[in-house]
Amino acid sequence: MRYEPAPLPGGLAGPPRPSAEARLEVRDLEIRLGESGPDVVSEICFSVQAGEVLGLVGESGSGKSTVALALLGHARRGLKICGGQVRLDGVDLLALSPGDLRSARGAKVSYVPQDPSSALNPTLRVGTQLREALRVHAGAADDIEARVREVMSEAYLEPTPEMLRRYPHQLSGGQQQRVSIAMAFACRPSLIVLDEPTTGLDVSTQRHVLETVRSLCQSYGVAAVYVSHDLAVVSGLAASVAVMYAGRIIEIGPTARLFCEPLHPYSRGLISAVPSPERAEVLTGIDGQQPRPGRRGAGCSFASRCSFAAADCRSHTPEPVVINGRTVRCLRAWEIRPESAARPAVADGRAARLAAPIMSVRDVCASYGQTPVLFDVALDVPPESCVAVVGESGSGKTTLARCIAGLHSNWTGEITFRGAPLASGSRRRSKDVLQRVQYIFQNPYTSLNPRKTIGQTVAQPLEQFLDISFKERSSRVVQVLEDVSLGGDFLSRYPDQLSGGERQRVAIARALVAEPDLLICDEVTSSLDVSVQAIIVELLRRIQRERQLAMIFITHNLALVRSIAQAAVVLRDGAVVESGPVGQVLERPADAYTIRLMEDVPKLRTGPGGPAGWDTLAGRHRADGSPAQPDIVG
Amino acid sequence: MTVTTAPVQPAPTASRGDAHPIARLVRRRTAFGVLTLFLVSVIVFVATEILPGNAAYAVLGRNSNPARLHALEIQLHLNRPAVDQYWTWLSGLFTGSLGHSLSNGESVWSLIAPRLVDSAVLVLVTGLIGSVIGVALGAAAALRKDGWFDHVSSVIALAVTSLPDFVVAIGLIILLSTVVWQVLPAVSLLPPGTYPWNSPELLILPVATLVIVIVPYIMRMMRAAMIESLESDYVEMARLKGVPEWRIVLVHALPNAIAPTIQVIGLNFLYLAGGIVIVEYVFNFPGIGQELVYAVNGRDIPVIQFVVVVLAAFYVFANILADVVALAATPRRRIPR
Amino acid sequence: MAVNIPATPAVSRATPPAASGIRRHQWASMLWAAVRTQRGAIGLALTCVVGLVAVVGPLLIPHSPDALVTTEFARPSGSFPLGSDFLGRDLLSRVLDGGWLLLVMAIAATVIGVAGGAMAGMSAAYLRGHTDGIIMRTVDVILSFPQLVFALLLLALLGPKLWLIVLAVGISHAPQVARVVRSATLDISERDYVKVAELQGMRPARIMAKEVLPNLIAPLMVEAGLRLTYSIVIIAGLAFLGFGQPPPAANWGTMINENRIGLSLNPWAVIIPAVLIALLTIGTNTFTDAIARVAIGVERRPEEAALISDLGTGVAE
Repeated sequence: MRYEPAPLPGGLAGPPRPSAEARLEVRDLEIRLGESGPDVVSEICFSVQAGEVLGLVGESGSGKSTVALALLGHARRGLKICGGQVRLDGVDLLALSPGDLRSARGAKVSYVPQDPSSALNPTLRVGTQLREALRVHAGAADDIEARVREVMSEAYLEPTPEMLRRYPHQLSGGQQQRVSIAMAFACRPSLIVLDEPTTGLDVSTQRHVLETVRSLCQSYGVAAVYVSHDLAVVSGLAASVAVMYAGRIIEIGPTARLFCEPLHPYSRGLISAVPSPERAEVLTGIDGQQPRPGRRGAGCSFASRCSFAAADCRSHTPEPVVINGRTVRCLRAWEIRPESAARPAVADGRAARLAAPIMSVRDVCASYGQTPVLFDVALDVPPESCVAVVGESGSGKTTLARCIAGLHSNWTGEITFRGAPLASGSRRRSKDVLQRVQYIFQNPYTSLNPRKTIGQTVAQPLEQFLDISFKERSSRVVQVLEDVSLGGDFLSRYPDQLSGGERQRVAIARALVAEPDLLICDEVTSSLDVSVQAIIVELLRRIQRERQLAMIFITHNLALVRSIAQAAVVLRDGAVVESGPVGQVLERPADAYTIRLMEDVPKLRTGPGGPAGWDTLAGRHRADGSPAQPDIVG
Repeated sequence: MTVTTAPVQPAPTASRGDAHPIARLVRRRTAFGVLTLFLVSVIVFVATEILPGNAAYAVLGRNSNPARLHALEIQLHLNRPAVDQYWTWLSGLFTGSLGHSLSNGESVWSLIAPRLVDSAVLVLVTGLIGSVIGVALGAAAALRKDGWFDHVSSVIALAVTSLPDFVVAIGLIILLSTVVWQVLPAVSLLPPGTYPWNSPELLILPVATLVIVIVPYIMRMMRAAMIESLESDYVEMARLKGVPEWRIVLVHALPNAIAPTIQVIGLNFLYLAGGIVIVEYVFNFPGIGQELVYAVNGRDIPVIQFVVVVLAAFYVFANILADVVALAATPRRRIPR
Repeated sequence: MAVNIPATPAVSRATPPAASGIRRHQWASMLWAAVRTQRGAIGLALTCVVGLVAVVGPLLIPHSPDALVTTEFARPSGSFPLGSDFLGRDLLSRVLDGGWLLLVMAIAATVIGVAGGAMAGMSAAYLRGHTDGIIMRTVDVILSFPQLVFALLLLALLGPKLWLIVLAVGISHAPQVARVVRSATLDISERDYVKVAELQGMRPARIMAKEVLPNLIAPLMVEAGLRLTYSIVIIAGLAFLGFGQPPPAANWGTMINENRIGLSLNPWAVIIPAVLIALLTIGTNTFTDAIARVAIGVERRPEEAALISDLGTGVAE
């Protein structure tokens, strides 16, 4: 018997498909903070076909993880699923009794968590946990051992008894995630929910993991919901994508179309904030913050940050409308012309200076205790330009930054700044040197003293380095805060009143107030959402230009490198494998490792001028999954 | 009750080709323990040397007969150089000849040995009963978190941990021995030559006192560890796999809650080393705690020296044992990558 | 026909989340917050009541605490509301007189222990290297003695002097405080904002004073509360064993012991001092627990604190 999806309220039917059974259908899902608290997510409707992946994207606070868990009928502490249906093969999971729900979990619908190291029980062996996934569901498999081995091979794990006897901490991050995937597919469920499963994995492992998921979904006809904040990853994996904001789906449609021509202003903002590794483009972020539950107010929750907002937007909550095969929640969706998401290129006016580098690193070897971590690292930072140091976790890039700054003093070699060699530790450097080299930390939540006001924090370098009057100090503080787009009323606030992006701006202000010559940015955007990241990157670029600063930008994000740096240095396991102008390193890499990195990095295709659809990890596919030849954009 | 935490060593870092972490831990801690005991013995010994005058004066008083003083000095080896005295004493510890009690002339060893047994029985029985009760109560409170049992037990636990042990002892005596009911003996005078297991009813009140004092600590730690376990990511994941609740509690949560609880149990054994002093005194239980009080009152130096070293040795040993057991219960530390 | 709407710059000010309780004079605000909780109020009330009895008591005694006024273990009556003790002295007077010294000694021992331990712990943590090793080894050795036994040892050697009791108890507290302070200092020293101060060329001493110390307030207050409770317990215990003030001074701990034999005759002689000590220690411990709960809320990891909405639950994404 064929199941015909009935027309859903608001005309929401997802991307039009030839009539086929929708594996998963979610209608009007609503989750609140407690029985009568404010809603966390509401009016969630979407459907997923068998064998297909739906991407659920959003930034922190959008509610995407909450929706993901609700697909298994689970809500975190303090949250309650108050309404809606989650129909899997026709059966509403939310209406099941607790016993039936328990037997459906793992067998009909399973979950792959974000952090496998904390999701695997540290006191149970891997084999025990894998077998458990099968044992608790009677009849899931006839031969448990055989199924365990089968599912391990499918997930590219060695199906040996030795591997099964290991404890989770004895596996690498990638292996742990594969175990989670194996557990998820063990009972051959109908639906898999993946919650950012590749966060924290390095790029190549990420690529393999995503490949595994894709092929398993296709072989077994499993529907999948892939939650992520990484648009590039989703674009390579999902057939359709739903964008969430402040607890609602504000746009949903086929991936290629949506990323090519986003309709909702937030989707546009999001897409234009994602850096591309192929072109140096200006990133535009979205200023402000996503409203928390209870603060969403009447009207469109994006209105306060929207550049297209009209008076109506603040008073009327937009209903979903279908445009061009996509569903959008925006009152002005018809009026706003869908622009292509092409972005202006970065004006690269600076000709290559032949001046002596402001900082030069030669033959630096560093160790932690007895373990060496850096081997003969060399790099040059030309004045007024930005050098990106790229590497994956464990490559030593942060160690290098700390050696340069003087935070880590166990190193040998030579680091010269403005012609003079630097002492190995900051304690032995002169105040002048300390003032001219400033460091910005990765985590904005721990780099500001919680017991000091913003004003005190930013004024501190002035107290330490310069001998000027209180009035002069205060005026400089106000000036630099305005420079980073924070107003004077931030002076008396404490860090716990600020968002992550605002805190990072304070950290930047603190670094700038002493008027340094060189800025070392250590993964300064890694803890931030994409839209905030774009703002910070653009801020840094502007500051660098205006103040003619040199900059060392540490990151693991290859795409970001393109947007901000003029030169790049690639680190692997503590050694430099490639360095040169950024265009050359990213487009014509010489080293095998760099080549592989560039191949594995997921890329977000947004503009015309290339094949429709998206670059996948292993080849080119069209929107419906068939292998394709190059095509004209529709 | 006073509980001081034990010296915590960092987890052994794995390196290739190394012996099993448990063996390494035992070796390192034993070596360190021996060093500590050595220092303790030196301190104890030196402390007795800094008495104004010397030990003989302290015992007999300044104004006593010089001849008697001299005789006592010879008896206490006080006329020999200090280092010499120390070696005599230290080697005596190992050979069993510990000198004689200054109060009744008996050999220290024959005085202390039976009391050691009595105290050991007290400590072991208390430790076992207290641990079992504490773990059970803690787990029950965690499973019914924020329920009435949890609230009530938390409040009672907080109150009881504040009480000095002698107050608990007196309270029990008032309740069960003298004023309210008279069901149990108020003193635990063991007939000399017998052992506690011959007259178990004499053990009840001392054990009950100590159990009441240690159970709240164990209960709170167990509760906290269980709650952390039950709210962890891996338990959430197990729920999402469809694992039934009973299996989640027994197989997933409990083993992870055990390790920190074991360390607290170990700490409580350490506390008992000091706690028995007051309890034995109150109930007249013939153990080394009581003996220590008598010896301190009578400035009986050899006895004091020996008892203190014994207690410190027990402390060190119990420390090592607790850390080893906790390590064994934590695969992440037991098996390096 | 689609109209090209020019984008207008969006207003960027998002409302900041409600401020939590980190402010100047953190210790004062933490104490105040603790008092406002249920446990804190009860704990403070108990402590104050008993404290009052102890401190004001000696001024209100109806008879001299040493005078033999009636028969031994007389029951409560009109002129002697609590009866008499084992020598026939008025129990009420002795009770009123018997607490202040205990309190004074306990506070003194706590101050010695916390001050000494905090200095040792902070030095060990910030100076590292050999200093750290030496201090921590000393700590471990002292910790090998149960606190009571340590005090007894010193008393055996030097005689039952009151200042010695205070010193012995104080010294036996120091290692534990040093441990806690050291680990808290190490934790704070690793935080990025302390490294920022290093990079600004601040001297270590100044960093300790301005960056580290203010963040140590919370754990230090909790530890001080615990140490005070234990001081009272140990000093009263020592008095119980007979190592307190020499007779005939009135002392709650000693009174419990010396009146034990008359439990069936006048139980109040034992019950009243025991109850007073119990209420005092319950009070201090409960109040410390309240401070600890407030402190944990303030010291919660900064990232988590930021993600928690002012509605009180964590909606972390």
